[in-house]
Parts: sequence; C-alpha cells; structure tokens
Amino acid sequence: MSKQRKAVALISGGLDSMLAAKTVMEQGVHVEGINFFTGFCVEGHTHAIREKDKAKPKRNNSLWVAEQLGIKLHIVDVIEEYKNVLINPKHGYGSHMNPCLDCKIFMVNKAKQWIVENDFDFIITGEVIGQRPMSQSKSKMPIVAKQSGADDLLLRPLCAKNLPLTLPELEGWVDREKLHDITGRSRKPQMAMAEQFGFDDYAQPAGGCCFLTDKYYSAKLVDLWKSQGSKDYELDDVMLLKVGRHIRPQANFKLIVAREEGEGRFLHGYKKDFISMNCSSHPGPLVLLDGSPSAEDLYLAARITARYSQGRDAEQVDIIVANPDGSERTLQVKPLKKEEMLKEWHI
Amino acid sequence: MHKETLNARRLLCPLPVIRTQDKVKQLKAGDQLEVICTDPGVMQDIPAWCRINGHKVLETTSRNHEYIIILEVGA
Repeated sequence: MSKQRKAVALISGGLDSMLAAKTVMEQGVHVEGINFFTGFCVEGHTHAIREKDKAKPKRNNSLWVAEQLGIKLHIVDVIEEYKNVLINPKHGYGSHMNPCLDCKIFMVNKAKQWIVENDFDFIITGEVIGQRPMSQSKSKMPIVAKQSGADDLLLRPLCAKNLPLTLPELEGWVDREKLHDITGRSRKPQMAMAEQFGFDDYAQPAGGCCFLTDKYYSAKLVDLWKSQGSKDYELDDVMLLKVGRHIRPQANFKLIVAREEGEGRFLHGYKKDFISMNCSSHPGPLVLLDGSPSAEDLYLAARITARYSQGRDAEQVDIIVANPDGSERTLQVKPLKKEEMLKEWHI
Repeated sequence: MHKETLNARRLLCPLPVIRTQDKVKQLKAGDQLEVICTDPGVMQDIPAWCRINGHKVLETTSRNHEYIIILEVGA
C-alpha cells in the first residue's frame, strides 16, 4: 500500500483556497490548513470593534473554511517577520501599500518551512492565473515558486494544467487530469465548482483580505511613517490605524477620534499609552492624542475634540485632558467652527 | 486535572485564537484553560478552533464586555 501523502493548504478564508484544498483532498491526500496573521488581515478586526457591525456574523472565515473541509487549521503569528516584507518589498508595492508579490513569496516560504518541520510533502495554494495583477499573473507565478524556495513542491490545483508539472504530479501523488485550468478574473468556474462540491456558503471578499490594499488605510500608514521619520511600526500602531477618524492638524501630533461607542471602548484600552481627551460638559467621543503635542497644541486638540461633541455649537465646553499616568485637568474651550477644520487635516 | 488562565484582553481575533493555540500546546489532554477576552469574536472563533482541533468547550460566559471561554484540552 502506498504511503498517504500530506499537503498543507494556505487557507485565506476565501473560496479559491477552499476549492484548491478540496480538489486535492478528493484525491486521497491528507490536507491541513495554514493561515498567516500579518497584523493587516481584514478578518474579524473592525467588525469586532464597531458597534454598527454588531449584526454581522463575526466568524473567522479561515476557521470556518477549515471546519467545512473537516481539516485542522494552524494559525501562525508572523507579525514581526512580516515587517521586513512591508517595509522593504523587493518587488515593490501595488496600487497602495500592498506588497502582494513579496507577501505571497513570504507566505509560501513560511509554508515550505512548515512542511519541512512537520514532515508534510507539498504545498497547495488557491492561486489562479490572471486573477490578481500583481501576484497571480502568469509571469509572476514562477517567481513565487522559485523565490519562496518551494519550487516544484508548490501545487496550484485551480490552474495547474496551465503551469509546468510539479513534483506531486510527477510522482503521481495527485492526478494532473483531475486538476483544473482556470484563468482570469471571472468567478464563474469557481462558483460552478463550489456547487459541485456542495458548498453553498462562502466568503465573497470585495476588497481582498488585507488592509494594505485599502486606499484610506494605506494613507494612514504612510502618514504614520512620515510623522515618525522612519518606516517602522508596532502591532498597536497598525491596530489603531483601523479605528476612528485620524486628524493631523500639526506634524508633531494627531488625534484619533472614536466614531461610535464600540470604537470608544476600544480606544479606552489605550488610555495608559496616550494623552486622551473627552468632553465633560456635553456628550462626546473619546479622543487619543498620538505624538508630542505642546501646551498650545493641546488647546487646539481640545477645540477639535469639542467640535466632535454635542456641544459643538456652544460658546464654551469643558474638555478633560487625561495623561497616561491618570492625572487629569479640565480645559474650557470654544469648539472649532466647521470652516476652521481644514480638509487637509483629515488623513 | 490542571487548570490555567490566559489573559487575552485587548487582543483582536485571530490573536486570542493564536494565543489559545500556543497555550494549549503546553498543556496535556484533560487540562483546562480559561481564556479571558474583550473581542466578542472569540465566542465564534475559539469554539470553532476547538471543534477543528479536537478540544472541548466547557463553558462560555460574557459579562461587562468581557468574554470568558473554558475549554478542555483534547487528546
């Protein structure tokens, strides 16, 4: 009896990786899933924070996919290692701050390390030729295989018939004839395959699975790097970029203004790390100050905080300024008028 | 039976799941782990992770914006 081969599938939580894993499982291969958490994954985060998203299901799609497939899922924290991918992408950025090709090379490389450590035979991804301009074009696919070090251990079941033979096919671990030849951006072949497999519920990511493909998020990241004079970040930095209105009236500080209760509760957890402000004379949001504001800056920040309170039309409102050590004082300020809030302050 | 507590407050999913996964690797079958979180997403994600990986959720509770899950490590 031949040895049962083992493959690890990169599971993003979307349909393609689900179908790729299922295609190989159908051939009797033992498949387990792997999911890499970079800190920029869209999964869960903002839905967990914002009150307005409370009605939406909060399931993590990669876990959900693994459960539908009946496979184990290994979620790997790559936050620290990923910094170098984002800060120094060898192949550059996409339309925003998304280093998609370097990211794919990095993840396949991590999967290669994982199969060596765990005695698995090959790697599966849900890539489709032509589906994404940067990392899934036909010319880029060999680059991913080569530069990740996975080489012919990387099998893309959804478009394998349009690619050179891989080791799992050459060795007969999988039958190439039962793999697929999907190309392009159309989702019809995948939807037909999903129906064939009996998957009637799957994630339909509208803007990819990464915040770095988002124009507004990318602008905030660029602003962060510019303000600190270096391309570096901590996990808390990238989390805070997902939350609130970001307003930078001066180069040396910015305000993060909670947009609703859920965000206020989330920002409250950072009161020991930042100067914070809130209006005590009228209802209003919690505001964090990131940077090194002067006394004059604090006054301007208090006026902006007042602008976002229900006392915005009052002559004077009270703003509590809380330091990270818990000490507090109150500033009486006149809320900034709408026309005084400059458009370019909004990041 | 050994019982441990994991503080996953302020972490957003999937980090509470990752921390749970890492902690469970250090425990033995039959041990219990109490995970305390502030992200409501854990009420879906940690039980899903347990089902996939053969662990048992014994209890889930929420109070004052905290979410507590007690699980028993599977074989």
